[in-house]
Amino acid sequence: MNTPQGVEYIRILPEIVLSVFGMAIMLLDPLLDDRRAPRLLGVVALVGSFAALAATLLQTQSPGLAFWGMVKVDSFSIFFHFLITAITAVVVLTSFEYMEVQKIHAGEYYGLVLFGAVGMCLMSSAVELVLIFIALEISSISTYILAGFRQRAAISSESSLKYFLLGSFATAFFLYGVALMFGATGSTSISLIGQSLSQSPAPLLAYAGIAFMFVGLGFKVAAAPFHIWTPDVYEGAPSPVVGFMSTAPKAAVFAVLLRILFEAHAPGRLWLIWIVAALSMTLGNIGALVQSNVKRLLAYSSIAHAGYLLVAFAALPANGIPAAMFYTASYAAMNVGAFAVISHFAGSGERLVTLEDYAGLGKRSPLLAATLTIFLLSLIGIPMTGGFFAKFYVFSAALQANLPGLVIVGVLNSAVAAYYYLRLIVVMYMRDAREDAPVSRIPLAMGTALVITVFATVYLGVLPGRILEYAAQSANELMR
Amino acid sequence: MNTPTIHSAILTLVTFIPMAGALFLVMFPRRDREIRGFALLVSLLTFVLSLHLPAYFHRNQAGFQFELNVPWIPTPNIHYHMGVDGISMWLVVLTTFLTPLGVLISWKSIHDRVKEFFILFLILETALIGVFVSLDLFLFYFFWEATLIPMALLIGVWGHGRRVYAAVKFFLYTMIASVFMLAAILWLYARTGTFDFVTIRNAIHNGQVEGFAAAAPWLFLGFFVAFAVKVPLFPFHTWLPDAHVEAPTAGSVILAGVLLKMGTYGLLRFNLGLFPEQARANASWISILALIGIIYGALVAMVQPNMKKLIAYSSISHLGFVVMGIFSFTSAGLDGAMFIMLAHGISTGGLFMLAGILYERRHTYEISEYGGLATPMPAYATFFLFITLASVGLPLLNGFVGEFLVLSGAFSAHPVYGILGATGVIWSACYLLWMYQRVFFGKVTHHENLAIPDLTGREKLALWPAAVVALVMGVAPLWWLNAIEPAVQSALAPFSQLASKVVGQ
Repeated sequence: MNTPQGVEYIRILPEIVLSVFGMAIMLLDPLLDDRRAPRLLGVVALVGSFAALAATLLQTQSPGLAFWGMVKVDSFSIFFHFLITAITAVVVLTSFEYMEVQKIHAGEYYGLVLFGAVGMCLMSSAVELVLIFIALEISSISTYILAGFRQRAAISSESSLKYFLLGSFATAFFLYGVALMFGATGSTSISLIGQSLSQSPAPLLAYAGIAFMFVGLGFKVAAAPFHIWTPDVYEGAPSPVVGFMSTAPKAAVFAVLLRILFEAHAPGRLWLIWIVAALSMTLGNIGALVQSNVKRLLAYSSIAHAGYLLVAFAALPANGIPAAMFYTASYAAMNVGAFAVISHFAGSGERLVTLEDYAGLGKRSPLLAATLTIFLLSLIGIPMTGGFFAKFYVFSAALQANLPGLVIVGVLNSAVAAYYYLRLIVVMYMRDAREDAPVSRIPLAMGTALVITVFATVYLGVLPGRILEYAAQSANELMR
Repeated sequence: MNTPTIHSAILTLVTFIPMAGALFLVMFPRRDREIRGFALLVSLLTFVLSLHLPAYFHRNQAGFQFELNVPWIPTPNIHYHMGVDGISMWLVVLTTFLTPLGVLISWKSIHDRVKEFFILFLILETALIGVFVSLDLFLFYFFWEATLIPMALLIGVWGHGRRVYAAVKFFLYTMIASVFMLAAILWLYARTGTFDFVTIRNAIHNGQVEGFAAAAPWLFLGFFVAFAVKVPLFPFHTWLPDAHVEAPTAGSVILAGVLLKMGTYGLLRFNLGLFPEQARANASWISILALIGIIYGALVAMVQPNMKKLIAYSSISHLGFVVMGIFSFTSAGLDGAMFIMLAHGISTGGLFMLAGILYERRHTYEISEYGGLATPMPAYATFFLFITLASVGLPLLNGFVGEFLVLSGAFSAHPVYGILGATGVIWSACYLLWMYQRVFFGKVTHHENLAIPDLTGREKLALWPAAVVALVMGVAPLWWLNAIEPAVQSALAPFSQLASKVVGQ
């Protein structure tokens, strides 16, 4: 086995950069005094994620395979690297205020966010199932711990434990699926699996392998019927973390799913996806209808959105892959933004998280309310926002694949969904506040994060062409 | 086309000037007087610019004018394609005409969160104009949905009593109905590869769309449901009385004056334009629904104790005429339908303004709270009578022309429909004049009403234009109709081909 060349290290450069910065944070933490540490470490984490962003840009010059064909840099992986590091940067920005208000020890927090990002980035560029499994574990373990970071709140420990137990169970399923797939095709490399599955009719074992892997990944993206953990975990976890783990790991897992289902020519894709997508949309939206806690509401909404996204997986690759990629990006923008608003508004100990607490926000803080409204409208899928085009591309891809049934389920679901997002808007603008206490000022870092997410949401809603073209191009590369 | 001229840019300007004004208002300090003045200025500027359209419109020419067609998003193939014909041009002018009146009428009645109100009001104007000028189905849907949010917020934040209920109901009804339209639009895109209205229409008429015959009934229904809820056609009308009663005055004016016309415009442009055969096949039950709307709306209006609810139900009745005219497939019926759309916008908009003026003084819409108002408020009573007569359809005022044309069209298509529809005219005279009698005639029944102040100068400023236009439209309808006629003829062209095909068999 030949030793890796220099260029191959560039192909994992973002991961290296993130790891180095993560370790630097862990080492710096004990050296700093407690007063200044949170801010400083946050800045280091921010620099780290921007450095990773720059490293990703560097990668565009050197696409190709690395490390004995286990890692592949193509425009597909670059898209997801870019997305994940951008999410990381914004989440770090939203965490500055949270750390101070909640008095959380910052050292491990920022370190874990960066390590999680390492796993997620690696997931999107790994093309070998065992490496994907390792990356999945890196990302998962970080998020398990992050979910329990509100040490003083029992609900947060519950969240972490639940996530950990069920999540480990799910990754075990994934690993079992990998083993079955190896048994069926004699390989763990996605391209070799693809070759063997496209040449001869797939053995029964391959179906089982795909099904098991799908269970594991379906859990991670909170697709029904593997979604039960979501509301509890999202309710307990710190809000910026929820913004992180409802978008970045999901994007990474969807990247893996796209590679496995399309690049590896997985058999039995259509019906599996059809059922899971329809179920996720319906259960997520129905569940959200009755929630009074905003975090739980958005948890159910994220289940529904996983369903919409999965609709794209049932479509033909030429339309489905770009639609799914666009969806992950626009969902990331609006959901990170929404959780940023929630974490700012929640206050010390995350007390203010029920719908009632938002009453009269339109009057108490017009700016904050307007920002949240933009994200909610995007989640509904109103024109001028990224959420609209996301749904639009997904549904039109499904129609082009001749799946009117699934589109009708999706369209009806998005009409139902309008109701509960609207409820929050109605409460903010049309209900009088219980107390007229002014909302605390938005600090600089949080403001920057909100500006970025609002800009991204509107940009994707007005000029989606460039992103979609890039996604279509990488879909082409993927299918070649 | 390559060099931008005023003719190709005018629609963009008219559409987006209110939006630009709204964005400017966002940065405005909270000085209510200046904000009102600025909003009025912007809406007047938009109106003046929109007069460019009728001034330079080639009246004897069918097809779209003032067109601008540039690519917007490459995949999917979405174009920024705008243009008007005789039908949509007048609806644009109606919108720009009613908006400044709405600003004037909100001058004093909106005192809470003035800035936000006018921002939303101007955004609403942009979205409404956009609906009428879009020739790309995607762009159309975009503006169509964009009208929802400002309107729902106007009702929900600045409305009366049960405003939240009304706003949510309004939003959900129209949102749920329009996703069916979206599904139909997506289907058309999947099969034709374009959203361009003209291209799709030609492809359909030349039979180039694969699988169209099987899907057309569903597509027709998809569009129809979205528009029928907006019109609103019986039995989809239940959101309307709630929305109207709770909305602030300016909201009602725009809701009745323009928003409802989005539905009838959509029926005319898309259901007739894209699916003539299905329109023909479904005409009988749609006409019956329209007839039910005419008579039911009128009867319910008759028993309303609430002035605004009465006007709301009268809208259901009047819009029933429009739908009946459209589905008569005669040129008189379509001309009349178009004319009623405009006339109803002016007269019902006027009635809502008048009701709002009374509400500002007494904070109630109950008819029984008034009586004998002609004595303390002579000028108000005169305006009210004038607009009421216009709405009733008195000859020489604007309501008459449209109803006459629609009824004659309906009569030549189906005599029974014509006869039954004609009773609607009588009903409308009954409920409106009866309301007038109860509010204005006799002795003053409530002593609070004795000292009720008459119209102020600003209110007169808002009412005069509506009254003058109502008169001019009644006296010189041809000025409007000769621009409408070519567009109507081209909308009807497939129907005469259809008829000759049927005869040929």
